[in-house]
Amino acid sequence: MASLSQKDLLGIANLSIEEIRLILDTADALAQVADRPVKKVPALRGKTVINLFFEPSTRTRSSFELAEKRLSADILNFSASTSSVSKGETLLDTARNLESMAPDIIVVRHASAGAPYMLSRECRSSIVNAGDGMHEHPTQALLDALTIRQVKGRLERLKIALIGDIAHSRVARSDTILFQKMGAEVWACGPPSLIPWDYSKLGARVTGHIEEALDSADVVMMLRVQHERQTEAFFPTTREYYNFYGLTRERLRLAKKDTIVMHPGPMNRGVEIDSDVADGSSSVILRQVANGVATRMAVLYLLSGNAGLKPRKQSR
Amino acid sequence: MPKKIEYKQLMNGAEINLALARIAAEIVEKLSPRDEFAIVGIRRRGVHLAQRLCDKVEAILKRSVLNGILDITLYRDDLTTISNRPMLRETSIAFDINNLSLVLVDDVLYTGRTVRAALDGLVDLGRPKRVQLAVLIDRGHRELPIQADYVGKIVQTADDEIVEVRLNEEDGEERVVLVKRPK
Amino acid sequence: MQLILRQGRVVDPTQKLDKVADLGVEDGRVVEIAPRIRKKGRKEIDARGLIVAPGFIDMHVHLREPGREDSETIETGTNAAARGGFTGVACMPNTQPVNDSEAVTAFILERAREVSKIAVHPIGAITKGSQGETLAEIGEMYRAGIVGISDDGRPVQNSQIMRRAMEYSRLFDLPVIDHCDDKDLAAGGCMNEGYYSTLLGLRGINPAAEEMHVIRDTVLSRQTGARIHIAHISTRHSLAAVIRARQENIPVTCEVTPHHLLLTDAQVTSYDTNTKMNPPLRTQEDVNALVKGLASGSIDAIATDHAPHNANDKMLEFDRAPFGVVGLETAVSLILDRFVRTGIIGIDRMVQLFSVNPAKILKLERGTLAKGAWADITVLDPEAQFQVRADDFLSRSRNTPFEGWQLRGAPAATIVRGKVVWTP
Repeated sequence: MASLSQKDLLGIANLSIEEIRLILDTADALAQVADRPVKKVPALRGKTVINLFFEPSTRTRSSFELAEKRLSADILNFSASTSSVSKGETLLDTARNLESMAPDIIVVRHASAGAPYMLSRECRSSIVNAGDGMHEHPTQALLDALTIRQVKGRLERLKIALIGDIAHSRVARSDTILFQKMGAEVWACGPPSLIPWDYSKLGARVTGHIEEALDSADVVMMLRVQHERQTEAFFPTTREYYNFYGLTRERLRLAKKDTIVMHPGPMNRGVEIDSDVADGSSSVILRQVANGVATRMAVLYLLSGNAGLKPRKQSR
Repeated sequence: MPKKIEYKQLMNGAEINLALARIAAEIVEKLSPRDEFAIVGIRRRGVHLAQRLCDKVEAILKRSVLNGILDITLYRDDLTTISNRPMLRETSIAFDINNLSLVLVDDVLYTGRTVRAALDGLVDLGRPKRVQLAVLIDRGHRELPIQADYVGKIVQTADDEIVEVRLNEEDGEERVVLVKRPK
Repeated sequence: MQLILRQGRVVDPTQKLDKVADLGVEDGRVVEIAPRIRKKGRKEIDARGLIVAPGFIDMHVHLREPGREDSETIETGTNAAARGGFTGVACMPNTQPVNDSEAVTAFILERAREVSKIAVHPIGAITKGSQGETLAEIGEMYRAGIVGISDDGRPVQNSQIMRRAMEYSRLFDLPVIDHCDDKDLAAGGCMNEGYYSTLLGLRGINPAAEEMHVIRDTVLSRQTGARIHIAHISTRHSLAAVIRARQENIPVTCEVTPHHLLLTDAQVTSYDTNTKMNPPLRTQEDVNALVKGLASGSIDAIATDHAPHNANDKMLEFDRAPFGVVGLETAVSLILDRFVRTGIIGIDRMVQLFSVNPAKILKLERGTLAKGAWADITVLDPEAQFQVRADDFLSRSRNTPFEGWQLRGAPAATIVRGKVVWTP
């Protein structure tokens, strides 16, 4: 099987292990397009892709745009501030208006969890979730998995530590579900107030102590901590957060010698991660960015042609 | 899947080997001394045939010959219509194809669409000096103006027949058979 | 005789009655219950195989008028209630403007007199505008006809204000109906805080938000002696707190909605806004405890918290959509099918939950079929097939989580003061 059988990519929770492997293998094959003199293939030629971004985002948006261009797709960009949404048009009306342009794929990022599901039900087009509220960011998790697989050769039985604001991180959720599905040992670490209810039921070991999470870790994934969280009483100050949960060179020594350090970006240097670690030899953060384009190319390529399929019923 | 009915053998292992040896000799014959030259196989079975041709040509020329693999999936003209897409694999051409004489190799030449896709794929990699085509079987029924420069065997076929080239590397045996397309 | 219901199973817990009999009505009142009434009725109903009970009262309904007539009006809401087997509803004050004055109370009653076939009992606000800052003119509203006070939709966040309201309510013996929901703990959430809110990435409403205010209210009720009624109780710990308070003879009662007895937060996985309400759907353990309380008597009443929203309002992202689901036209069938037919509760208990206790709490002269009582009667057919189809609703709104449910048991006739106001 070499195509995804679903109409959309809404979340890692809806992907089987075979489908995940298919996406990663396809991404590997597409990665070399970046090395050619003509960085383009005609796979999505004549297809229309709409980037519907309700939340501002430079890196994810440009990553998707590049992926779409390299596949020769025609692109339309919509951002909330410039579109009619700011005039009070609902998400559904916006989507219906776009549907009339017959896009093949809509890539959507929205502040409300579940927004892509709503679009999936209402639109014929394939919907790719580029991040919905605190719920999922599937392409990020896929490119993270691709990066780990490239360096470590596999995901099974690796100890992967996710450290930071787990509660508000859609990357943490998608990563946890994906890594756990592929057989890794996932640890979620952060101040207890930033670990959501029953998080261990997603398959992660939960701890409030960074030393426990880092101990012999193969992969260290640092998550962004927003400054706003300190005003909402999730933790006292960023200074205290750094003292207990910041990734410094000394702390990194607790992990395996060949551990890799990852971060979905953008980074708060000096809060969750020190610059010398972010830029150090263990860091694969830039590789993640490069893999982002190939991963997104793979997702778009595998979904193309699926518009019009009945959206899959969600099961948990 | 309904069973395909195999009903005629077109070539056995020895005949395949003989055909490849002849093609290798023809390729060498047509080469100019100044030609920078490479053999590129089209996935999947073209790859194995290309490897064998490469070995034979190297034996004749007594020097190494550039060998590459081309995956044409992304260039197919029927990508959105086929429901069971073939697995996308890597194209592996580790050399610069600009100004190179290339011989594309595939197992069966039929409608010509695979070769058209391969040519598109090559164009995105560079500008070869010249591209020639070598196939083991030419079964006719062209839908595009494409022709092979080197042919192992020409075979008359009907629309409801499939030509299957079976090679050790993929299928564990060496023969070419004619098979009836399942209804 | 005005009306005779023949050979129905008359179930009236207030008279410890559960037997097949004829029931006769004259001048809008019950005059006779006997094995056979010899007189002829001007209207006769063959009630064989049916249940004849004192009229059901939904003590927690949002009629939306005045202000949001696009979602529901007093007319459409009461028609929906009649279809659902209810002879009376108590309507919450979170209209626009809020019912915090004698004028709005009078408007509601006047409008009900004009268009409603069933009884409408307004509940007045506790505080002005339900803002939680100063007391509303409770006495004036009492004179105008309110049957209870509540800031429903909102909690009374300030405990001192709640205490004052409770003290003041004692003057009129009005029940204080609280929507228990500590604003800070609720933290802008949109579903129960638990495994599913984590999985779905939605902000959760901590169950402690409800539990804290339930406990607070029982403490204040103990002190002030005021009657406190917990609206739409939804967690097992809230119920446990009510049970504990009762053991100390604190005058606390509580109600539960059908959806909190039948659905859990696991239902939210498709981000369907028809599963979004406040209090939110809770866990299976909560549901189990509530069902137990239903059977044991710990829960006093079933009330739907009928909250109509027109389709446009609900077609938003989950976290932006308004809270609430309708319930008037599905409650009775759901309870008959899922709890009576399965033997979890008997018909007499169902009548207590829907009729006797709501009437008692709101001090309405209803909930009984004793001789001389108003002939508000709910007739049920326990065998009738009923499929929930929102398109069939008499309510103006369609936001139900039960679409497509196939149920057995449904209202067969709704009678108000001896007049048949609805039949299928």
